[in-house]
This record gives sequence, C-alpha cells and structure tokens, in this order.
Amino acid sequence: MHGSVAAGGASALLAWFPLGLLGLATLGYLGAAGRQQRRGNGWSGWRCALFALGSLLLAVAVAPPVTAWAHHDLRGHMAQHLLIGMLAPLAWALAAPVTLTLRSLPTAAARRLVGALRSLPLRIVSHPIAALLLNVGGMALLYFTPLYAASRHSGLLHGWVHLHFLAAGYLFCWAVLAGPDASPHRLGLRLRLGVLFVSMAAHALLGKLMYGYLWPRGAGHPAEEIQAAAQLMYYGGDLAELLLAVALLWLASAARRESLLTFPPLR
Amino acid sequence: MTSPRPTPAAAQDSRRTLWLAAMAGAGVMAAVDEIVFHQLLQWHHFFDRATPAVGILSDGLLHAAELLAIAIGAFLLIEQTQRRRLVARWAWAGAFLGMGGFQLFDGIVSHKLLGIHQIRYGVDLLAYDLSWNLSALALLLVGLALYRRARRLERG
Repeated sequence: MHGSVAAGGASALLAWFPLGLLGLATLGYLGAAGRQQRRGNGWSGWRCALFALGSLLLAVAVAPPVTAWAHHDLRGHMAQHLLIGMLAPLAWALAAPVTLTLRSLPTAAARRLVGALRSLPLRIVSHPIAALLLNVGGMALLYFTPLYAASRHSGLLHGWVHLHFLAAGYLFCWAVLAGPDASPHRLGLRLRLGVLFVSMAAHALLGKLMYGYLWPRGAGHPAEEIQAAAQLMYYGGDLAELLLAVALLWLASAARRESLLTFPPLR
Repeated sequence: MTSPRPTPAAAQDSRRTLWLAAMAGAGVMAAVDEIVFHQLLQWHHFFDRATPAVGILSDGLLHAAELLAIAIGAFLLIEQTQRRRLVARWAWAGAFLGMGGFQLFDGIVSHKLLGIHQIRYGVDLLAYDLSWNLSALALLLVGLALYRRARRLERG
C-alpha cells in the first residue's frame, strides 16, 4: 500500500517535471534577451513574446490534465501532437533561440556551438528534406504500426514520442523558414516551398488514411473517436502549415527588401 | 519615383498582377469545391472509398496545392499593393480566369477524363455536369471580358 502511494506521488511529481523544464527554458530565454537589451544590442520584444507563446502552447500540451485526456482519448493525443509537433515549434523557431544563445555565450563556447551546428550530422538532419522525412516518417511509424499502442503502455516510450515530435517539428520549421534563426542551411526559396508543399500533402494524406482505414489499430479506440482525431489532424495541420507558409513568405519578402536596401542594384 | 513609369515596367506589373490573381483565384475555387462539395454536402467524400489509392493521393496533392496557391497568391498580391504596383483591373481579370479555369479543369479532367471522383453518386450526372461546366464557362467568359477590357485600357 505504502509503496504504491509513494510511487503515485513520485509519478505525480514526474508529471510536473516537463513543466518545470519549460519554465526554466523560458526564464533562460527572457533573461538572455534582457541582458542583450541592457548591453544595447537590442532584442525584439516580439521574439520574446513568440518564445513565451511557444512555451505556453507546450505547457498546455504537457499539463497533467491534458496528458490524462490524451492517454485515453485519441482526440486528446492529436491535440497534443498539433501543439507539440507543429504550433509550438513554429513559435519557437520564429523566436530565434539559437541566435540568442550564440550571442549570449562567451566567444569560445559560441565558436564550439557554431562548429556543432556546422557538423555533418546536424547538417544532414536539418536539411529540409531530411526534416520532412523525420516528421512525416515519424507520424507514419507511430500511427500505422503497433508503435502507438505500445507507447500507451510505456511511459518512457511515450516520452520519447513527444520528444521526437518536438525535435522533428522544430527541425522542420527551422529548415523550412531558414531564418530568422542562425542555421546551417540557407537553401533556395523554391526548394523550401516545395518541401512545405509535400509536407502539406503528406499530412492531409495521412489524416485521410487514418480516417478511412481507422488507424491506429489495436489501441482500442472507437471508430468515431479515430475519425474525429483524423479530422483534427487534417484541419489543425492545415492551420499550422498555413501559418508556416505565411511566416516563410513574410521572412522571404523581408529578406528581399533588406538586400535591396543594402546592395543597390548595379547599373 | 516622381518620373512617369516606363511602359515595360507597367506591362510587367500588369502581367504579374494577372498571374498572381489567377493563382489565388484557382486556389479559392479549389477550396470552395473542397469545402462545399467534399465537406458540407458530402457529395463526393472527404475520403472516397470508390477510388482508393490514386483518389486520396491526388486529393492530398490538390489540397496542398490549393492552400499554397491561396497563401502565396494573396501574400504577393498584398505585397504588390503595398508597393503601389497592383493594377486592379488585371487582378479582377486574373481572379475570374483562375476560378473559371480551375472549375473547368476539375469538371473535364478530374471528373470525366481521369474519373477520380464524380460530382455525385447514384444519380443521373448529366444535369450536374452541365451546370458545373457551364458555371465554369461563365466564370471564364467574365474573366475573358475583363481581360480584353484591361488590355484595351492599357493600350489607351
């Protein structure tokens, strides 16, 4: 009896752990931004607001009541997925945390971080096509194999799935936007728009396959629940990817205006 | 900026406006088709069981293309407006040509040639096909009239 109560207490504590981590990350970002401001380097308040927004969305997604809902209801799981894998990463990517880190670190450490960003493994996974495969492949693997059912019974696996969604979602936004954050790739706008196009199509396709064939199977979700979750994935994914497209176009047009200002056309 | 704009630049603005508006128009028509017929009326479905693999794959691609066309078209048109280089009459012509063009493409190529889906199942299709493609033609004719008017006004 005692043991189970203690275990319950420990797992309850563990449930709040991601929230604590998020709070620390947010405080770290805001503190670093404040220091840049005081040094006169300037750091946009919009970026701070976007980082805080990303943290808030993640906090909602991993808050214990939502986690509990997601555990027994596929709609809850899908809402979590949208927040962790799509909306929060977009807000975070627009807040340029890598650039802020590079500016805040001492020179030697910043050099090492730049070296790590340029290292081959990171260059490979942060290529838009690789990020797309990680993103879509991860989703396909989760919903079309027994992985989803397995992740419901293992807390550790469940945690890894969320971490994968967050990391792959962030990599994807980072790679497709190619800014404002410092990143190892600055690829052409057409390639990045093409990758976004494939991602939108793949997301819509996966949503329809789930709706039509009632995946994920073997997890005991009733058909109406799976269909509602698939619709959430379809429309929610649309919204997130539309926001990503608008952010991409906005950044691209701002970059073009800036380059016109700094480099007058040769005549 | 105070000097009158040379004619090639004006012609470039007109062409750009026309194409951007046509792209947005085609996207809007595709979205209307998808929202009204796929999702509200459910005449042909969100997921069409009658034509499995090719049907949903093409639907997914259409969906992504339509969203991006609306987003890119609208965004670049707004940018064009901000730079005061939008030519409104060319925009209207492009929008109608885009809408009618998509509608006719859908009515002829997707419904009839490829047979990905029909407008409705279990009914006589003739009236549906006729009204679908005639409305497409009407949009195209409006677009064509606007196009000719814009060209006439540009030539002075």
